[in-house]
Amino acid sequence: MNNDAEAIKPCYPLFQDDEYQQMLSRKREGREEGYSADKVHEVFMWTTSEEYKELNFSREALTIDPAKACQPLGAVLCGLGFEGSLPYVHGSQGCVAYFRTYFNRHFKEPIACVSDSMTEDAAVFGGHPNMNQGLQNAYTIYQPKMLAVSTTCMAEVIGDDLNAFITNAKNEGYLPQEVPTPFAHTPSFVGSHVNGWDNMFEGIIRYFTINEMESKEVGSKAKINLVPGFETYLGSYRWLHRAMGEMGVDYSLLCDPTEVLDTPADGEYRMYAGGTSIDEVKDAPNALDTLLLQPWGLTKTKKFIKQTWGQPCSDISVPIGLEGTDQFLMKVSELTGKPIPESLEKERGRLVDIMTDSHAWLHGKRFALWGDQDFVMGVTKLLTEIGAEPTHILCNGANKRWGKAMRKMLDETPFGEKAEVHVGKDLWHMRSLVFTDRPDFMIGNTYGKYIQRDTAYLGKDFEVPLIRLGFPIFDRHHLHRNCIWGYEGAMYIITTLVNEVLARLDEETQKLGETDYNFDLIR
Amino acid sequence: MSSMNRQESEALIEEVLEVYPEQARSDRAKHLTANDPNLDDASKCMTSNRKSVPGVMTQRGCAYAGSRGVVWGPVKDMVHLSHGPVGCGQYSRGGRRHYYSGVTGADSFTTINFTSDFQEKDIVFGGDHKLKKIIDEIEMLFPLNKGTTVQSECPIGLIGDDIGSVAREAGKRIDKAVLPVSCEGFRGVSQSLGHHIANDVIRDHVLTKRYDERPEPGPYDVAIIGDYNIGGDLWSSRILLEEMGLNVLAQWSGDGTLAEMEETPRVQLNLLHCYRSMNYISEFMEEKFGIPYMEYNFFGPTKIDQSIRDIAARFDETIQANAEKVIAKYRPYMDQVVEKFRPRLEGKKVMLYVGGLRPRHVIGAYEDLGMEVVGAGYEFAHNDDYDRTFKELGDGALIYDDASAYELEEFAKRLKPDLIGGGVKEKYVFQKMGIPLRQMHSWDYSGPYHGYDGFAIFARDMDMALNNPCWGALTPPWKRT
Repeated sequence: MNNDAEAIKPCYPLFQDDEYQQMLSRKREGREEGYSADKVHEVFMWTTSEEYKELNFSREALTIDPAKACQPLGAVLCGLGFEGSLPYVHGSQGCVAYFRTYFNRHFKEPIACVSDSMTEDAAVFGGHPNMNQGLQNAYTIYQPKMLAVSTTCMAEVIGDDLNAFITNAKNEGYLPQEVPTPFAHTPSFVGSHVNGWDNMFEGIIRYFTINEMESKEVGSKAKINLVPGFETYLGSYRWLHRAMGEMGVDYSLLCDPTEVLDTPADGEYRMYAGGTSIDEVKDAPNALDTLLLQPWGLTKTKKFIKQTWGQPCSDISVPIGLEGTDQFLMKVSELTGKPIPESLEKERGRLVDIMTDSHAWLHGKRFALWGDQDFVMGVTKLLTEIGAEPTHILCNGANKRWGKAMRKMLDETPFGEKAEVHVGKDLWHMRSLVFTDRPDFMIGNTYGKYIQRDTAYLGKDFEVPLIRLGFPIFDRHHLHRNCIWGYEGAMYIITTLVNEVLARLDEETQKLGETDYNFDLIR
Repeated sequence: MSSMNRQESEALIEEVLEVYPEQARSDRAKHLTANDPNLDDASKCMTSNRKSVPGVMTQRGCAYAGSRGVVWGPVKDMVHLSHGPVGCGQYSRGGRRHYYSGVTGADSFTTINFTSDFQEKDIVFGGDHKLKKIIDEIEMLFPLNKGTTVQSECPIGLIGDDIGSVAREAGKRIDKAVLPVSCEGFRGVSQSLGHHIANDVIRDHVLTKRYDERPEPGPYDVAIIGDYNIGGDLWSSRILLEEMGLNVLAQWSGDGTLAEMEETPRVQLNLLHCYRSMNYISEFMEEKFGIPYMEYNFFGPTKIDQSIRDIAARFDETIQANAEKVIAKYRPYMDQVVEKFRPRLEGKKVMLYVGGLRPRHVIGAYEDLGMEVVGAGYEFAHNDDYDRTFKELGDGALIYDDASAYELEEFAKRLKPDLIGGGVKEKYVFQKMGIPLRQMHSWDYSGPYHGYDGFAIFARDMDMALNNPCWGALTPPWKRT
């Protein structure tokens, strides 16, 4: 127990103290009617077995530890990326509390977002009055330049019509006509947060361009559009700005939340900061082309740009890893006629240098990974580029077509031969895979720490460390400020991977006089 | 002494409300007041537990959060299924840090996110069939579970699924508790109704189960009600009660088990910490089983000492003597903690905005450290919470119910607190403004804060929040005057 004000113990190690341990065992043995320690151990061990894996993969209805979230979360992130824009969620208020909290915990930043707090009466009579009041209040109090409106599952189930509601709210004077209110229906029971971003983005470009296409002409401005998709690494956006700047390309990054998610601590809270301007969105159809940086998650956007803007929406892959970045820059160069400058060529050279320096530690190392569609595809590609072997690749929100494309990509490299692709599976599936086909490391978001802990139960030698890449990352600070796109991003990913490999090697070889044969000063 | 008198507080409220459109202004005005410590009845001066104003950035959650996140979620040997689309379970996973002791995945399930991940077809055709299958799959993969609660998300009630009948049948089939909890997020006005709904399910499905077979209660049998073991709070409380000689038969619901809940009707006394979330079930047990309940407060030595004595007064001289021993045992250490931290915190002003019981319960702990609470408010309180709060605060202190983000910012700008106790949604806003904030929902990933052990940690945390040198770095040297 605590008894020294100079050395106050928090939960750990406080609860390791004898008094607490005795109390816990008294409770366990006297009150809980639990199972014996042997029985619990036996069942736990069974959950790590091949037999359990078969059972686990036989389930059809239950999802356990999903590797995805719901649509409106993505819509909120998208809404944050425009100048003076306030995400507005039509539906239950609890959802917005969750979205804000989820992003608070990942970014360690304030997240502005409102809902119109629909309750039982709205469930019966519809959320129309909520929207009238909500738009009026949100606009009056927070004075946004635009309200990016999306829905929760409640509003979707009762069938509220955003277009009609918003139009009526404006006609009835609750909101000035000229305040932009792009919207998207984002049912939580369809797709994932990735689709929510796509839907909201499509809603935004539709709102600002659909009725103004006569004055637009593809290529009338010698510029390109870049669409990031659900991207949470702020450095990735910043790399894009830098790379395009160095190329001298005229471009619009359509949706850029980097400033609002990274405002300074200087005594002032800025609810709005930076972001793509509405003028840029309006002018986007005049560009030569729009590049979708996470194409697997931007299908609705792609359809709209091709059909309405008439732009080619050229195929690229997410610019993660060497080849992905090469192809991206070459496409930009091809579209704009601007050569790839020496500065980027040098940066590429540095990446290759890093790869040559580190490949020996990564070659043949086996990684299980999960995350969103494009992220997983990009990281898998990068792993094979450096001679590492992806073992189990899991995407909860992907479709079969994605699975086939992954397979094709893996079949093109000897390092992908043994990899298995799991579409629509969750992290409890991943847990089984990690136990039955142990990788050297896992790559994924914070949720993987539970799998790591469970592997450690089998002993330190069996423990599979988690390398934190993706979203969300709640339990490490500031990783979201890094970059995972472009040459710079590949450098960060490789640096992270190789140093985790080396840290693990140190850990394994540091037992004094016992395992320290490979405990070297120089790696 | 409060920093503002009543007139000043009222004037501030008027001024802050000016920005609102008329309807919202008149609505919000009812939720804000200046404290009068002599008032007994909150309904005379303010309104609470009403719908939030649409479009205003409320910090409130929903009924599902109240049931899954607060009341049921911490019961460790049951599976709590987030029934509906994928998001609610994902966002509430592991967020509240209600610690438990057990082997997760084998005999404990609290931090695992079980969801039915509703798809469009489940909305169109109903999800009852899927639910039936899910319960069988839970049984197949987690055989040591003691039961399942079905925590309904918004669509369930809207599409008219009959989870009650699915749960009843499934419960018979697998011979375990399968409990339907209709805590859809749109119900009620905040998480508060979720607490109530969860309590009602305990009342209807858990408490009467073993009542007839109950043995006579032991003279010192008690239960802890309404402690969720955030950062281990319940353990640092329970250890004191046991040291007093009380026999803690059950704890609700942090680190709790179904068996403990079922056994609760044989205790002599229910000890209620979070009144807001579990007064319903405590009252029910009083009426139905004749078990009295009493509220207590384990924040800060003053309140802990008082609570320990109040609890002991319900028992015989042995317990009362033990209580004095416990208080005496920890007194030197508490003095040492206060002696160390009070000089660093004396005279500092605190603003609170939390849920449940904390906006009033922690006031004494701050006062033990020489600090003054100049404003307090709740996300989802009812009038009876404010009745209890008036007495704890100084004259003229600001009181705000269901405060919007905008109001909190404006109040903070004016009151200039040295520290804010709030939630993660407020944390980064105020820290940008240069006001340290400790999360008083999750203890900012520290804790426990309950009991004597907890107070030491609380004092240390408040000191490190307030006196960190980084707060002095907000203005660059070239801009300092």
